[in-house]
Amino acid sequence: MTDYPADSILVLLETTPNGELATSAAGLLGAASRIGTPVALAVIAPSQAQALAEQAAATGAERVLVFETNSTQAELTIPHVDALAAAAAVVVPHAVLISNSIDGRDIAGRFAARTSAPIAVDAIGVSRDDEGIVAHHSVYGGAYNVDSAATFGPLVVTVRQGAIDARAEARPVALESLEVPASGAASAAIESVEAVTETSSRPELRGATRVVSGGRGLGSAEKFALVEDLADALGAAVGASRAAVDAGYIPANHQVGQTGVSVSPQLYIALGISGAIQHRTGMQTAKNIVAVNKDPDAPIFEVADFGVVGDVFTVVPQLISALAERKR
Amino acid sequence: MKIIVLVKEVPDTYGERKLDLETGLADRAASEAVLDEISERALEVALAYADSHDDAEVVVMSMAAESAAATIRKGLAMGAASAVHITDPGLAAADLGLTARTLAVAIRRTGFDLVITGNLSTDGSGGVVPAMLAELLEVPNATALSSVEIAAGSVSGTRNADGATMRVSARLPAVISITEALPDARFPNFKGIMAAKKKPFETLSAADLGIEPHDLSVAVSIMTAIAEKPPRAAGVKITDEGDGGTRIAEFLIENRLA
Ligand SMILES: Cc1cc2nc3c(=O)[nH]c(=O)nc-3n(C[C@H](O)[C@H](O)[C@H](O)COP(=O)(O)OP(=O)(O)OC[C@H]3O[C@@H](n4cnc5c(N)ncnc54)[C@H](O)[C@@H]3O)c2cc1C
Repeated sequence: MTDYPADSILVLLETTPNGELATSAAGLLGAASRIGTPVALAVIAPSQAQALAEQAAATGAERVLVFETNSTQAELTIPHVDALAAAAAVVVPHAVLISNSIDGRDIAGRFAARTSAPIAVDAIGVSRDDEGIVAHHSVYGGAYNVDSAATFGPLVVTVRQGAIDARAEARPVALESLEVPASGAASAAIESVEAVTETSSRPELRGATRVVSGGRGLGSAEKFALVEDLADALGAAVGASRAAVDAGYIPANHQVGQTGVSVSPQLYIALGISGAIQHRTGMQTAKNIVAVNKDPDAPIFEVADFGVVGDVFTVVPQLISALAERKR
Repeated sequence: MKIIVLVKEVPDTYGERKLDLETGLADRAASEAVLDEISERALEVALAYADSHDDAEVVVMSMAAESAAATIRKGLAMGAASAVHITDPGLAAADLGLTARTLAVAIRRTGFDLVITGNLSTDGSGGVVPAMLAELLEVPNATALSSVEIAAGSVSGTRNADGATMRVSARLPAVISITEALPDARFPNFKGIMAAKKKPFETLSAADLGIEPHDLSVAVSIMTAIAEKPPRAAGVKITDEGDGGTRIAEFLIENRLA
């Protein structure tokens, strides 16, 4: 099978450290299905290829190209870029969709440079018009919507995690193994993996429909548990300000804002967060914002739909019991 | 050891940032321009190494508007030995591909053992330039480092990737990018500011680098539409009088959020 649909969209699948399909894949395949035929590429250990291809097909991949390799455990970026270059050469896609994750950005950047393809970063959506593929971006903290497109040829797009709601329909499994000539490009070596990010029962911050965030106002890592308690009462993801991350209350991957994660949930609750502009940049497109801060002049109130001037240590426990009360 | 630190002038994130609705470019008059905080941290990594290694030479490089010269000079005041400023009206609207191609030519021309950049700028938030440069320069990329150790022939560090934290290393020459977990940068002192005036400051045009900004045979990414969204309005603000928690619960229930 070497014939690919004329409207193929090549999707690079992300996998978890243990070889499962990462959550970003559903949005990427969903986005691809709206603008063409999703052809997925997986770079995966040989023993895990079949299971991954099945998951990808169930998530909407029309075809799944598989590069079976163990090299990704030792080499950064290059194995994926080599595979993507080989896949693009046979598929000839209209666009290449890659997750706007740390690894995804590296792969996208190298692939675009290698193939001289234009690149659109951090897209929150893609569409197709008469002239081709258009990427949609939300910039300066949602203050502007900007569209971009390639002058010609395929567009490489990194897609913001959690931004795409579209989902593709399940397809029958069509696995094809891909020949990948090694480019010989020098790569950095992965010497050891220190820690696999904890997978908690809480929703992931990116793409969460509800987020409860805490700031420096929580005062300590122990007291930050209050934020987690409210998050659990609402089934929400946990976020934080940079000051809370810097103070060591919570790991950096929970940071919301300019240099952290951008979220657009149905509900965002900010506890003990002043609302510095760099924090607001990452959350002000939330549908509903609730804030608790003891300073009546805190800038967070400028964007809050419902603000309470008060102490988080009295207001939040009461809120948690009121929610529990309602459940009974 | 020659270390090139790529720095970027950005609109100050503490101010209101605007895009020009005609060109889609940053409206420079709307906000103060500053050296991006992450660029300063990247420079700090290089300067900290140079503090204890006499053979280290730190060069700051930037592709930016002509008016950015003063911002780039701050890098010299902080301690870099020389600066390279690539500026050309033809590059004002450069997409990421043209930016990376131009920087790669300038980096090769200057010569390097290590290129250090920030992981993400606060204006573009692209985060792809480091990897693009590594590809064009044919060297390894080690990105998103939250700690960095530079040795004679190699660089290593901790990389906080998406699913896992890992130790990575690369032979030099290489390109690395760092995260904001790295320390705040030093402030330029009076002596540094005075010394900066005498340090080499090279200004290069696209033609100096053999770059044709409007080469139509190269596919580029262009902006096709731009729209401004109305700012968010404030809602209700109450003062807790012993019922603040209950009132939030009511708000959530009324709006079907709980
Ligand atoms: C380039 C750059 C990028 C940045 N990126 C980010 C980013 O991505 N995300 C981010 O968050 N910040 C970012 N910042 C930092 C930002 O400027 C602020 O410093 C930070 O957001 C402040 O965090 P905070 O609100 O938790 O802390 P503070 O500003 O110290 O606010 C703490 C708040 O808690 C309140 N408080 C204290 N005790 C209580 C209590 N018991 N009950 C109720 N309220 C209480 C106080 O009134 C205060 O308003 C960035 C800065 C720069 C320069």
